[in-house]
Amino acid sequence: MIRKILILLFILIPINANALIEVDITRGNLNPLPLAVSPLSIDEESRKGFEKILKKENIGSEISNIVENNLRTSGLFNPLDKKAFLQAPDIANLKPRFEDWNLIKAQALITGKVNYVDDKLRVEFRLWDVLAAKEMMALAFTTVPNNWRRVGHIISDKVYERLTGEKGYFDTRIIYVSEEGPKTQRIKKLAIMDQDGANNKFLTLGNELVLTPRFNPASQMVTYLSYFKNMPRVYLLDIETGTQEVVGDFPGMTFAPRFSPDGKKIIMSFAKDGKSDIYTMNLENRIVEKITNHPSIDTSPSYSPDGKYITFNSDRSGYQQIYVMKNDGSNVKRISFGNGLYGTPVWSPRGDLIAFTKLHKGKFYIGVMRTDGSGERLLTENYYQEAPSWSPNGRVLIFYRETKTNSKGEGFSAKLWSIDLTGYNERQIKTPTDASDPSWSSLLSN
Amino acid sequence: MRLNKILKNTLLVLTACLVLSACATKKEVATDIQGQMQGDVYTGTDTVEYLADGVPDRVFFATNESILTTASRETLRAQAAWLRKNPNINVVLEGHADERGTREYNLALGERRANAAKDYLMTYGISSDRITVLSYGKERPVDSGSNPLAWSKNRRSVTVKAN
Repeated sequence: MIRKILILLFILIPINANALIEVDITRGNLNPLPLAVSPLSIDEESRKGFEKILKKENIGSEISNIVENNLRTSGLFNPLDKKAFLQAPDIANLKPRFEDWNLIKAQALITGKVNYVDDKLRVEFRLWDVLAAKEMMALAFTTVPNNWRRVGHIISDKVYERLTGEKGYFDTRIIYVSEEGPKTQRIKKLAIMDQDGANNKFLTLGNELVLTPRFNPASQMVTYLSYFKNMPRVYLLDIETGTQEVVGDFPGMTFAPRFSPDGKKIIMSFAKDGKSDIYTMNLENRIVEKITNHPSIDTSPSYSPDGKYITFNSDRSGYQQIYVMKNDGSNVKRISFGNGLYGTPVWSPRGDLIAFTKLHKGKFYIGVMRTDGSGERLLTENYYQEAPSWSPNGRVLIFYRETKTNSKGEGFSAKLWSIDLTGYNERQIKTPTDASDPSWSSLLSN
Repeated sequence: MRLNKILKNTLLVLTACLVLSACATKKEVATDIQGQMQGDVYTGTDTVEYLADGVPDRVFFATNESILTTASRETLRAQAAWLRKNPNINVVLEGHADERGTREYNLALGERRANAAKDYLMTYGISSDRITVLSYGKERPVDSGSNPLAWSKNRRSVTVKAN
């Protein structure tokens, strides 16, 4: 659906300014860049037009609030208080008085304008370098009014990319498992929301247990585990049409599904007679291949972004550890050698790192290591947390965390959290219900 | 396993401290746990239901293990005898894990535990046609506690009548 929604993107003014501002995202950013997000200006006629359609009093402010919120939660930027702004939004968009913005310590400024044109939403925005007194970028979008939140996310991505040199991750969605009810009888539903928590929607009713949804990196398809008819099987769900189908014809439990990077295969585990092996199924010709063959538990497979390698966890050494092999199952190498157990390896979309869950001395950690197992770095420690999923730019991990219950077994909760690859900027992601098993989509607009 | 040892050590240390400080109420709790677990395998009967008189419905496992204990084998022999007497009854073996493991690994571990029970029933003459294995991983704990005793009750394979 999203792909089909028309987003016309055209560049108004190609800019080749020598930016002075640079945000370093490779280290923890303890001094986020101060910037000003001036509300997008809107003429009275357009304002009334959108108020009627979207039930929002001022769509210009709403869009800039999205931008402000995205940039703040990234941890790299510090959007300044609007009350301190001296220049009116419409004038600032024409020509900022840089001295004024300098005065409030803004290093960058975002301005813009919203118009209601032929039943469409037209948004233009500009990014300014305050110190150099220069325009860094100017873009305009025309789209259907209902897309207004996505416009905010796309602007955020463009600003992020211009200031950090890397793609953003704001115009994305998260699919996850919504949880309700007592711990012994949890009701679980598939749910999907925008990356910032907006537009939450439930995709299943909760009649059967569902687990581990994962996005296809190449489309809006999802694979997940469902206990439909009390048979745990891997399913494929098209979130555009709602159609579902079981993946493959296995005489037993299939689980731990993920897509290959090109979206053409599903890799998963099949459990039989007390052992679990890794299989792939080609979604075009339905050919099933057995990738591992070992009496141990081999599960949680994840492809490298070039599709040539697979990382997975196995207890073939006696304990759960992380391995890497070629995509045909050859050259199996153990890569985790630290103290404790290692699971849920996920290859970074950048290719250089594998994120994992580690259990050591009764604590759970989310960490990363290089693909040869060197350079292990633990990002966060807690009573229980697991299942990291990468943002499409490979800079942020989302995972879930469960609380310890009290002596009466009460007080259980499960929530989604995110943390930067740097180990900084840990945040809870608000969901309407308890939540687990998050999976981050690719950028919707590219 | 390793975790298990650590927990056990912690427990011993805790018990020792409690005895030394002569804290009556907490000492009771510690003894209670000792009485219901052997190693870290649950030996109590709190959660156990019965398929028939003298036929317990479930067996328990050590952390990360799928090995049947002596008590588990006894339970399964009783189940096999009951199944031989009731040839029209089929069963589902539901395998479970505790909450201290990753979701996907635990699904596999639940399957492995239920299969250990299935294999044992088969060696006592129950046809595999009558047995279905179903793993719930850590999705359906019986005890919602976050402590070693609760976890030991949750590491189980439960034999459920299918018809």
